[in-house]
Amino acid sequence: MNKTPLCDEHIKLGARMVDFAGWYMPVQYIGLREEHNNVRTNVGLFDVSHMGEIRFRGPQALSTLEWLTTNDVAKLGDGEAQYSLLPNETGGLVDDIIIYCVKKDTDYMVCVNASNKDKDFGWMTKNNKGAIITDESSEWAQIAVQGPKALALVDKVLGNKASQMKSFTFQIGKFKGETTVTATTGYTGEKGCEIFVKASVAAALWQELLKQGQEFGVSAIGLGARDTLRTEMKYSLYGHEIDDVHNPFAAGLGWVIKPSKKDFMGKAPMLAGKEKGLSQLLIGFKMLDKGIPRQGYDLFDQNGQNIGKVTSGTVSPTLDEPIGIAYIATQHAAEGSEFFVDIRGRKVKAKVCKTPFVHQ
Amino acid sequence: MATFHIPEDYYYTKDHEWAQVDENIVTVGITEYAQLSLGEVVYCELPEEGQKVNQGEPFGVVESVKAVSDLYAPVSGTVIEVNMSLTDDPSVLNDNPMNDGWLIRIEMDSEKELANLMRSPDYKKLVAEAK
Repeated sequence: MNKTPLCDEHIKLGARMVDFAGWYMPVQYIGLREEHNNVRTNVGLFDVSHMGEIRFRGPQALSTLEWLTTNDVAKLGDGEAQYSLLPNETGGLVDDIIIYCVKKDTDYMVCVNASNKDKDFGWMTKNNKGAIITDESSEWAQIAVQGPKALALVDKVLGNKASQMKSFTFQIGKFKGETTVTATTGYTGEKGCEIFVKASVAAALWQELLKQGQEFGVSAIGLGARDTLRTEMKYSLYGHEIDDVHNPFAAGLGWVIKPSKKDFMGKAPMLAGKEKGLSQLLIGFKMLDKGIPRQGYDLFDQNGQNIGKVTSGTVSPTLDEPIGIAYIATQHAAEGSEFFVDIRGRKVKAKVCKTPFVHQ
Repeated sequence: MATFHIPEDYYYTKDHEWAQVDENIVTVGITEYAQLSLGEVVYCELPEEGQKVNQGEPFGVVESVKAVSDLYAPVSGTVIEVNMSLTDDPSVLNDNPMNDGWLIRIEMDSEKELANLMRSPDYKKLVAEAK
């Protein structure tokens, strides 16, 4: 199993470790709910070193990324980042990604999901339009610092005025003589950043953030809370809300698809799917009767027709009630629409609700 | 690492449940190891009184924020009592799984089935190896 450069730190903190996509990762330290709430009120540290970093360089870097991804890459200036999608030829998704523009036209870093890294790298090199593509994942560790007090903490540790940075920008700096990239991105719905740091000094940075973060109430956060935090925001997770089959327009990701700007992989089938009318839409819902929805549970209308499937479900620690995300037949997708979730054979009433579930 | 309270007079299953036998009445719960692995329990689904259960087969469900876990009957028999306080406040399962957090009482069909369960030394070994 792969280990991140922070593995020993997690064990020292008494984390419960699990196999996640081939990585030995902390699922929880002191308790999911406490960790979750600390990110919403103070600040939390996440080891996300398992994520992949793939570099695109050379004169064809921009044109290759324009072809491979759905968002408007040309718009990015140096130091700007962008959420985007990596479509396949049928208009489904290979992955969702963040693109960091290091040097406009010729140098970009792409951050990809851990579980998809090898697949993505293979896909990118196979469909390369002349860029120099390298997998830099083993060089980088990544620490996400998230929460209302996150940027004040990073400012204090790195002295980089992180708190003045705009969202979805990044700056290059140094820690113990090694290059760092501080990017104001995240997966929790809170203010904060993700710090790319060389593997050799990652543990030192982690320790420093924990030490200097005492006054901000910092704590380490496991993958369990990472998932409940993103679910409360209805952020997509590959393998749940998005995959190689579902049309990203159905997932509500039209805002990162820019067909008028350029041609890209899978554009025609993706748009055709939308023109034809999407048969299902991704919605958030709450339970009207007792029960917790989980991924894979079927949805039914009052006539017993199967009308969809749950993609993610949990008890929201912030709201203290069950919440779910699901694909549901378009005619049932309006806010307030009622339906049933099949919870282990029991049909439990639920209702489409507004999302994100928090921070409305 | 935490040490677990594993009473000697209880029986145990490989699914980390305990069974306390009083003549033909078996009280069933989850062990401290189980509650720690589950994390905070937020929902508990238990059978009705009078329901038949079979050894090794699921009779209910506990859910933490993250996961759903089936509960398996340690012996076959009839459910004669259900700990209703758990459906209102499942956190008792975390606070006191070995006592107040008991799940159901079963009137057992045959005490011969107890031979299929573990006693405390074997269960201690199982927990030590699981860590």
